[in-house]
Formats: sequence, C-alpha cells, structure tokens
Amino acid sequence: MLSESIRSELVAIVGEKNCLDRQEALVAYSYDATPMQQALPDVVVLPKSTEEVQQVMRVAARHQIPIVTRGAGSNLCGGTIPVGGGIVLVLSRMNQIVEIDEQNLTITVQPGVRTVDIHQAVEARGLFYPPDPGSMVISTIGGNIALNSGGLRGLKYGTTKDYVLGLEAVLPNGEIIRTGGKLMKDVAGYDLTKLLVGSEGTLAIITQAILKLIPKPLSQRVMLAMFADMDQAARSVSDIIANRIIPGTLEFLDQGTIRVVEDFKQIGLPTDVAAILLIGQDGEPQTVDRDMERIAAICEKNEAVQIKVATTPEEADDVMTARRSALAALSRMRPTTILEDATVPRAQIAPMVAAIQEITNRYGLQICTFGHAGDGNLHPTCMTDARNEKEIERVEHAFEEIFAAAIDLGGTITGEHGVGIVKAPYLEWKVGAAGMEVMKGIKHAFDPHNLLNPDKMFAKQSRNRVVVNRA
Amino acid sequence: MLKEALINKLDYDELSNCMRCGFCQPACPTFRETGYEAASPRGRIALMKAVADGVMEPDKDFIDQMNLCLGCRACEPVCPAGVPYGQLIEQTREAIEDVQEHPWWVSSMRKVAFTHLFPHQKRMNQLGGLLRFYQRSGLQKTVRKTGVMRILPKQLREMEAIMPEASGKGTRELLGATVIPAAGEKVMRVGMFHGCIMDVLFSETNLNTVRLLTEAGCEVVIAPDQVCCGALHAHSGEREGARELARKNIAAFRKADVDIIVSNAGGCGALLQEYDHLLAEDDEWHEQAKWFASRVKDISEVLSDLVEPQTWQALPQRVTYQSSCHLRNGMKVTKEPVNLLQSIPGATYVPLCEGDRCCGSAGIYNLVQPEMAGNLLDEKMEHVAATQADILVTSNPGCLLQMKAGIQRAGLEGKMEAVHLVDLLARVQSEKEAQMQTKQS
Repeated sequence: MLSESIRSELVAIVGEKNCLDRQEALVAYSYDATPMQQALPDVVVLPKSTEEVQQVMRVAARHQIPIVTRGAGSNLCGGTIPVGGGIVLVLSRMNQIVEIDEQNLTITVQPGVRTVDIHQAVEARGLFYPPDPGSMVISTIGGNIALNSGGLRGLKYGTTKDYVLGLEAVLPNGEIIRTGGKLMKDVAGYDLTKLLVGSEGTLAIITQAILKLIPKPLSQRVMLAMFADMDQAARSVSDIIANRIIPGTLEFLDQGTIRVVEDFKQIGLPTDVAAILLIGQDGEPQTVDRDMERIAAICEKNEAVQIKVATTPEEADDVMTARRSALAALSRMRPTTILEDATVPRAQIAPMVAAIQEITNRYGLQICTFGHAGDGNLHPTCMTDARNEKEIERVEHAFEEIFAAAIDLGGTITGEHGVGIVKAPYLEWKVGAAGMEVMKGIKHAFDPHNLLNPDKMFAKQSRNRVVVNRA
Repeated sequence: MLKEALINKLDYDELSNCMRCGFCQPACPTFRETGYEAASPRGRIALMKAVADGVMEPDKDFIDQMNLCLGCRACEPVCPAGVPYGQLIEQTREAIEDVQEHPWWVSSMRKVAFTHLFPHQKRMNQLGGLLRFYQRSGLQKTVRKTGVMRILPKQLREMEAIMPEASGKGTRELLGATVIPAAGEKVMRVGMFHGCIMDVLFSETNLNTVRLLTEAGCEVVIAPDQVCCGALHAHSGEREGARELARKNIAAFRKADVDIIVSNAGGCGALLQEYDHLLAEDDEWHEQAKWFASRVKDISEVLSDLVEPQTWQALPQRVTYQSSCHLRNGMKVTKEPVNLLQSIPGATYVPLCEGDRCCGSAGIYNLVQPEMAGNLLDEKMEHVAATQADILVTSNPGCLLQMKAGIQRAGLEGKMEAVHLVDLLARVQSEKEAQMQTKQS
C-alpha cells in the first residue's frame, strides 16, 4: 500500500484519472503474456510526457519505490511483472509518431506506439521497418526496444537493435539522457543506445526513439518445402545460405507441429513428413524470381518430397497459414502453453531439434518445435497445465536441459524473448561469472538503488548447471 | 454472495485457457476506446480469474467493467487459444444478476420485459399493434409536436425517431399458413425462426425471407410453438430464462421435423447455435439441444448455396455492408453476405472500413451505455460516410435500427438508406417475379 502523501504526489503529476490504485487496476496490471507469473503493484501510473515520467521517477527515487515500466504487456519472460510491488508505469498514452523524416529515412516515435502502426505508417510512404515480432499487433515499440525483439525477418534484416539510432531516456536519478541521433555513424563514447536496447527496463525509462528505415521491397514470394527427414531440411537451410542466398523468411515446423496444425486447420499438410520449411524472398521482382527457382532446386536436391511455390497472393496466404496457425493450434491442445526460444547457430539446427525430441520423450511431455530456421532461433513449445504441479516440475527440468543443450551447441538460452524473471536463474550459464559481474556493475552504475525493474535479469541465485549424460 | 455465485457459474477451465497473449485487444472496441487493460477481454478474464482465485473481491468497479463490455465477441475469432469469451461474460453477468438488487423500477422493467413480454409472442404482437396504432393514428405526430419527447434521454429520442412501422400480426398470421410450399422442385424442408422483435418490427423482412427461401426451392415451416430465442435474456444475465425458451424452441422445431433451421438475425442465430452449450448441464435436453444447434444456419448461408443471381434484376447503386457481430463472431458467417451483395448485377460493392467492428447497438447496450455506444456509432458513421454508398446493408434487427439512427445522426438521410440483406435481395428478386407474372398474364 502506498501512503496517502506519496499517492497525492503522483496524482499531482499525472492527475487522478491516471494514477490508479483501485483493486481492478492493480489486478489488470499484475500480469503480462508469461504463463504462471503474476504480482500486484501498489499503484498504476500512466504518464503522458517525458516530463511526467521524469517527475514520477523523482518521486520514486525520493521514496525508494520500485518502478516497473510497461507497454502492452505482451512479453514472454515475465519482464513486466511487478514482483516487488511498487509503481507500474504504463507508457501506452505516450503513443505519438513524432516525425517521419524522408530525407534521413528515420521515424521518431514515443514508446507507446504499436509496432504494427509503425509498419503501416512507413509502408504507406514506400518505406520499411523490418522487425516483426509475433506480437506486433499489440506490442509497443518501447517494449520491443527494451527486449530487443526479433521476428520472422531476423535472418535477412536483423532485429530491433539494428534499427535503433537514438534514444531519449529518463535515468533513475531523474536526469534525461539523449543517445545517438539521426546518424549512421557515431562513435562518441560508449554506445549507450545499444546498451539500452535489450536492457529490459532495468537501466532507464525509454521515452522516445529514433528508428532507421529502409526502402520497402518491391515484391515478395513464398514457398513450402516438405521433407521426410529432419536432416534433409537442415541441410537445405545450410545449402541455401552457402549458395549466397539470404531469404527474407526461412521458417521451420517439426512433425509434431505439422500434425497439430493440420488437425486444427485441415489445410492439406502431409502429416507423415518430418519437417516443413516455409521460405520467402523479397526484393526486386527478377531477383526474387531467380532466388525462388534456386531455392526450389536446392530443396529438390536435398530430396524434398513436395515443393509448393505460391503463384498468387491468395496462394501465398495459404502457404503462410501453416506457420501463422502454429501457435494457435498448439495453444488449443492444453490449458497452459509455454513458448521458449532456445537459439543455436543455424548449422546446429538438426542436432538441436533431435536433442529437444530426446529430452521431451525422456520426460514424457508434449513439446513441439517450430521457429526461425534461418537464424537458428527455435520455439520449443510445451503444452501443459499449470495446475498439475508434478508435470510442471518435469517441464522445468526438461527446459533446463534444453537450455543446456543449446549452450553446448554454441547457442543461447533466449534468442528474442528476453531474460526477465523466467530466464534469470540461467543467465550465468550463458554469460559466465565474469559476464555476470560486468552486467551487475553496469546495473549499479545506472541504478545504484535498484529501483528500475528490480528482480529481473539477475536472479537471487543462479541454477546449478545440470549435468546430463547424453551417451 | 457475488463471489460465491461467480465461482459457481464461471467455467474455470476456460478461464485457465486464456494464455494472456493479448491478441484480443486490437479487436476489442472498449479497449481501443479507453486503452485501459481492464477494459479488454484479456483484462476482464484476468478479473474473473482473480475473483475465482480469491485475489480480489468482486466490487462495484468489477461489475461496471463487466457491464461496459458490448458482448460483440470480436475477441473470439482472433483468440489463438479459442477461449469462448462470450460464454464467460454471460456466466459473469448471470452471477451478477443473481445477487444484484436493482432499484424497484429497474427490476419491474426487467420482469416485464424478460418474463412477461419477450417470451410471449402474442403479447409482443399485441404491443406491436399498439405501437402501430401510435404510429399511424396521428398520435406520434401529436406527441412529437408537443415536445414531450424532450424529457427522454437522447438515445431513446433517436430510437423513437427511426422506429420502423410496427406490425400487430406475426409472420404466420400475415401468411395465413404454417407450411409454405417450395416454388418448383423441393430441395429441403426449412424451419423458419421468426424471432420476437423481428416479428413485430420487421415482419416485412420475415415475409421476404419466406419468399426468397420458397423461390429457392425450400419448403418453409413456420413452427407454430416457437418463442423468443433468449439472446437478450442471456446477454443480460437471465440465463435461466434463456434456457426455458431454448427448451420450447427445441420442442417446436423437433415437432416440425425440419432439415435445417434458418434465422435472419445474427443475434438470434448465434444463440440458437449455442443451445447445446446453454443446456450442457441439462441431461434431459442436452442431446436434443445438439440436434437443434447443429441445424441452425443464417439465411445468407442457405441462399448462397441456392440462388441464381444471373436471374436477378440489375441494381445500379453503391452498396456497403456492416456485419452483425454475432453473425460474424458467433456464427462465423463472414463471406456469404458479401458474396451475395457482389453477385447483384450492376451493383458496386464498396467494402466498409472496419465493417467487422461493433456499431455500438449490441442488444440494449446503446440504451444502458449511451456514452460508449455513441462514440462507437460516431466512428462507425465516419467510415460509412466515406464509402459514399447508396445502401448500407446489415443482417440483424438491432444493427439495422442503430444504422438507421446513425444515418440520421450523421445527416445522411435522403442520401443513404439502411436495409436488411434479405430485403435488398427481395428487391432484386421481386422484379423477376413481376416479370414472370406479366409473362403468365
């Protein structure tokens, strides 16, 4: 509970309507899209400007109240759960596109603008902002930046970090910093822009961003290739890249996912194949046509049992349906759906999928895998029931082993979802003890009193690394 | 109390199936209007679950938030996990209704409407007769002149102004028959669900429905013992009343021995199709409810399969379509009405921007939540005006009344008319019939 005097300080800044501590509001901002995570804040504050954010930060600093900054609450790492109570600072009212600069090819936005609204605004002018996280219809750009979101176009176009040129942010001491600018080159000191991208709200509150835009590709095409054997699919992925083709989309569904999708949508997918690749290319029409032909030839050489190249936009839509329905189909199977994002170098996809399969069988669980084959970013997805404690325990162990397997293959515990609460105990596995010390030092330099998104990124205790005999 | 009632009524499994991805939010009109998490489907389900889990007490804010929901169910088709939000909000409203004490005048109004009026078609028709007398006798003119209407709230005044001419007779009485034979070879036997409000305010639409069906080769049965579908009951937390009506309708249509049951109102059709859920715990009726629910179709689905648009009269006008939410999100009928409109020779079909979003009518929502409904209607009419259509088509009585009110509110009278899909199709078809008669004579 917040004292009456602190409450009135906050009300003085944002007004009664935007400082909410009634039960309904506390519950509504107690969760995000992460399964099994919930904690009530003491108050929900919805500022309208950088100045209001600054004043709220100063009140919080003066009274040592934690602040959890939040946009749409669509993240999957528990990044916006107010574990220790305090203020949930919702930036959804700061939702203006400040400027689209067609000379410098940049867009300047407030953090509460939805990702999809950025896409629409720039594409209307023949421009392109590539990052397209799965949640882009609800996610806000502030959250995308804080978590360095990826998406389907990561392989060819990179992720959020590759498009953030400059930031305005409020520091825990209430000062405002402005990093970078409309600049393609800027080596003045440490790259604070990149440091804040992916900092998960633990270092500063991002209040404005300058993003890089590129020209919109003129055309795009997609195809499906089906394989009887996982290795053939994986080899096709490697061969495509080795042939110097970088597809705009290179997605993968394993047999479990294919079966569930076909069961749910009846779109005529063969359920006896081991893997399906969804491959798309965009760019100049002639280049796209030539790449599609070459990709089809590569898949054929690797003994694809069936190749379906879409020739009309409607067919393209049908082809995309398989991938787009994956999450929907999987999440209908059981009450709780845990979507992970273990990531490996793309050459290691086949061994990683095999490892996931083996672990799943050993724990007697239902885990299907789909994801971004082109960049090695897999989504092993577990269908379970949060109410079944015994099973959840097995799920946790299985995922621990999956993380360990990814690291053994030169990969990481999370490719695009972030650390938040759920991956914090495993962060040290990836970055090592020395890496943890550096990160903690950075946190301390920005936020010595641990006010911004406490309990995230750094777990009280790291998990002991599981030792598995994979003979 | 309310907490216990909620725990009792809410389907906890379905609450747990919400994975909080938030994909419902862009589809939700009240979330888009407010930007407030609690005013979204994900938020409302979280509130329901919080009560069920003992995290919060169901206080006044909780009740207000549940009442702010339009019940348009636009969240359902976009939900990856397939959570039946419409059922959850109805369970919540039923629990609220069970324990809520209304001021005496509200409870008497509810009792009159839900117990003594909607369930009794004869009384509905008698009321229609009274309304018709009011409209035709000059009384309406006199009343309007006295300015006495000004004491009514704005939304009621708007509705009074656009109320279509009521009928004192039901569809069956007007036709003078229970079974209307197919014109030409019979392809199936169709039970016509005439609705309670449709039968009084839109009897013309019902007659047109019968005609379109018979001309398409259907033998139409107007099952004599049918009653109100119960949708207004269910949406207002009177699910027990809805169940009572469901049993009567099932019995009526079983007796009529029909191949399919056709509705021309999305709001009714969606509930008719869910009778099996409504009666899921009624051992005696559940099987029969499944029989009934699986046979319900919207008129546009049936006509899409049977009509021959090449015989239709040309209609050189711009036509646009506002979907009925329960037709789209409940019955999942989206393409058929548009296909039919696109098949009208000579007509230009103009898609309505956000024609899949609720118009704010939502049963009696526009009367109880006038502010939100008004905002939604104003936004809707901006898009409607932009189509520059001559005819605005919809497929549910509530939506039709709201669109008529919207046209007046936006100053588009004379430039645009709101028409039920069936009535528009009857127009292009009636010319053909007239031609045939001329030929015969």
